Amino acid sequence: MDKKEKKGRFGEYGGQYIPETLMTAVQELEEAYNHYKKDPEFNRELEDLLKNYAGRPSILYYAEKMIKDLGGAKIYLKREDLNHTGSHKINNVLGQVLLAKKMGKTRVIAETGAGQHGVATATAAALMDMECEVYMGKEDTDRQALNVFRMELLGAKVHPVTSGTMTLKDAVNETMREWTRRMDDTLYVLGSVMGPHPFPTIVRDFQKVIGKEIKEQLMEKEGCLPDAVLACVGGGSNAMGAFYEFIGDPQVRLIGCEAAGHGVDTEKHAATIAKGSTGVFHGMKSIFCQDEYGQIAPVYSISAGLDYPGIGPEHANLADTGRAEYVPVTDKEAVEAFEYLSRTEGIIPAIESAHAVAYARKLAPSMKKDQIIVINISGRGDKDVAAIARYKGVNLYE
Amino acid sequence: MSRIKEAFAGGKAFIPFVTGGDPDLETTKKLLIAMEEAGADLIEIGVPFSDPVAEGIVIQEANERSLSAGCTTDKLFDMVKEARKTVKVPMVFLTYVNPIFTYGKDKFMKRCTECGIDGLIVPDLPYEEKEELSGVCEEYGVDLISLIAPTSRERIIMIAKEAKGFVYVVSSLGVTGVRSQISTDIGKMVSMVREAADVPCAVGFGISTPEQAAEMAALSDGAIVGSAIVRMVAAQGRDCVPAVRDYVKKMKDAVKTSCIDKTSIV
Repeated sequence: MDKKEKKGRFGEYGGQYIPETLMTAVQELEEAYNHYKKDPEFNRELEDLLKNYAGRPSILYYAEKMIKDLGGAKIYLKREDLNHTGSHKINNVLGQVLLAKKMGKTRVIAETGAGQHGVATATAAALMDMECEVYMGKEDTDRQALNVFRMELLGAKVHPVTSGTMTLKDAVNETMREWTRRMDDTLYVLGSVMGPHPFPTIVRDFQKVIGKEIKEQLMEKEGCLPDAVLACVGGGSNAMGAFYEFIGDPQVRLIGCEAAGHGVDTEKHAATIAKGSTGVFHGMKSIFCQDEYGQIAPVYSISAGLDYPGIGPEHANLADTGRAEYVPVTDKEAVEAFEYLSRTEGIIPAIESAHAVAYARKLAPSMKKDQIIVINISGRGDKDVAAIARYKGVNLYE
Repeated sequence: MSRIKEAFAGGKAFIPFVTGGDPDLETTKKLLIAMEEAGADLIEIGVPFSDPVAEGIVIQEANERSLSAGCTTDKLFDMVKEARKTVKVPMVFLTYVNPIFTYGKDKFMKRCTECGIDGLIVPDLPYEEKEELSGVCEEYGVDLISLIAPTSRERIIMIAKEAKGFVYVVSSLGVTGVRSQISTDIGKMVSMVREAADVPCAVGFGISTPEQAAEMAALSDGAIVGSAIVRMVAAQGRDCVPAVRDYVKKMKDAVKTSCIDKTSIV
């Protein structure tokens, strides 16, 4: 169909598939964002927060022992796990909560899977004197009890979501429902590059600092571009942040690592690009795990942060155009990588990020010694220690 | 004039909603027939969806019951086709973009025409994304019904100008569900629609009592009731038909007598 290029589209993906009630709210957000992204004062404040509060730039670490062990490509780790609150989520949240404040909002709401985005939102809300309510699937509040307490400690109210599969997708449903009830004083701070326009663009813009820093830091250390950038993908915010700067450099392979759970040939996975099809859900046209009637599939991953049946629309487009590759990584491979990075480099990665480490272990030996892989370590693994112990049959609390 | 517009030609309309396949398709079929007998002017049938983001808990649970009882879009179409042999009033589907998109837009509309579905209400398809379905709806003569909300303000005019069938006036912020009070200025929303286009308006979200229905119908062309009926289905299961029939009759009577059209006095 020969149509004019529509707003908020990435190829055929994206759009604003939301109830009429929310249309004015997303349009208000879009206008505010378009205004403040060019506002020097806003950008100064955000830069100050990223530097002096979140601890940016995050370091780019040369993983010497891993390189020696794997043989093959040089490996650098982008240490987003060292950010304040322990993941890349803080980059986006500082931007969005500051934006909410400028818009005159007094309350923010957010969904969370593993709890990283919830913790980051609660943190920024505490800092900027905003009320904060977080929606989290009941199953995830059990898997990630520590993060629930952490959010409460920061002054947020956490609502366990008991509808549907009681995981991240249901948390998104419930946060959207809450936003339709109350939008005058409230901004929905979405945690990933998903949802209706303008969220995929806003979140990507606030996360693209990751790739920008990788490029600068690597230029300084090696004087060249990386050969491959690896990141885990659920909704896809850390991957989008790491990839975006390199989209125009076709020699850089961009590899998103999806959660394959028990394997893509089983029903227990969350590998959207590998197994999904085009659909419309959570405000966007994108790729989703669903059945022949468009019922959203109950997905599974050991990682609560990747346990999502869709992917951001810009990723769907990068997959379609072939600019980025998406590979499935199983629970077992991710847990092994979690342990591997802990023992080899003394860095405990988030189980989400461990999916990217797992693929790097396969990829690096097949590459030449002068080639370079950058792995985005999107978060730290402290939150996962109990779950990994459970996976291995160790009960920490007995 | 579409069959839907005709439903409003004989005075104020009462529009009941049930979720298809809750608790099973046989009961839904009985409900459709009983609701028409009780005076329903147009019937909304929910196509079950795993993640109905515009619905409150009552209809969310109905969707879950329907899906776990094995309802699919195909089975629902088959049932509607059967019911169509008896039911003469217009029937519309309420569903989300994804079940239509994934089924195949053309195939979905084709089956709508075959089975006697006159229109579609798609709560996650706002004006800006209407093109996703409007072309194919038009091709098959299925009315794509537009919604306006308390937040729509000046958007009402642009929406009304292109509205088909009727305009669904969302009475309140938030999701579907019974409310004790509706505080939105419905009269103003309706008069904005009427200034822009000659299209009937029916009010939904939050209505459960005959008094509320009469009040909302007085301000518009009809009242839509979903959660209150779905609650009866939830409570009584397969035995819900007589109770729903009585309720629809009571609501239709209330709507019928609400003849003072306040907006025409203003």
